[in-house]
Amino acid sequence: MTIVFWILAALTVSGGLATVLLKNTVHCALAVTGAFAGLALMFLQLDAQFAGFAQILVYIGAVAILVVFAILLTRGSETPKGGIFSHTWLAGLCLAAAVFAVLGWAVLSSQHALPLEAGSPVVSVMDIGNALMSRYVLPLEIVALLLTAAMIGAVIVAMHEKGDLK
Amino acid sequence: MTPLAGYLLVAALVFSIGLAGALTRRNAILVLIGIELMLNAANLNLIAFWRYGPHPEALTGMMFAVFSIAVAAAEAAVGLGLVISIYRHAHTTDLDEMNRMKG
Repeated sequence: MTIVFWILAALTVSGGLATVLLKNTVHCALAVTGAFAGLALMFLQLDAQFAGFAQILVYIGAVAILVVFAILLTRGSETPKGGIFSHTWLAGLCLAAAVFAVLGWAVLSSQHALPLEAGSPVVSVMDIGNALMSRYVLPLEIVALLLTAAMIGAVIVAMHEKGDLK
Repeated sequence: MTPLAGYLLVAALVFSIGLAGALTRRNAILVLIGIELMLNAANLNLIAFWRYGPHPEALTGMMFAVFSIAVAAAEAAVGLGLVISIYRHAHTTDLDEMNRMKG
């Protein structure tokens, strides 16, 4: 466990916690961008350069901007009267804590059985491109179709309806 | 603690934080952000297992993570479009106030 890992873990977890706990929704969007950046740096630390840069482009570049647009379009930065947490927050918190307890117990109790390869894999972007065009070509086409359908669907759903212009 | 166990624990923590956010926040956009955090934690698991697993040259874990990122992007676009559409209709993003299915 290197010091870099601990710094990235602290960045990611504190970003996630700030996202859940902060009052102002715009601040939450900023905090979740920090968490996404921490995760992208972790991907880079794990020798997955392609996935790390894809994470930066997709999450920090696109999803964060979409979230900010949605917040500004819905005036979601105003704090609601009844507080930021729903009235069933205690049940949700207990459920999340229970999930973390089970996951943590499973990881810690199966440590000796986890695989551990010492050598770092050498994967070039060319290998990834070859894999995408040969073995994973069907998933790639399906994802392309899904993205097209999602884009058209999102535009149609968010479009002004006729007679609804106020 | 082995490096893989460390990454898995961080992923479990981020997943739990995302779950807590999705279950406790009232703003629909924050619920979507919580779901995105959960998806990211799953991606971290996939990448960590790919890195420390026996056959990293097969690229399975990384491909799964890349496709998962693409699907998460589509999900975010549709989800935020739905939130905007609901806001236009009900003039709120507060999930506690969205308690009827009639339009």
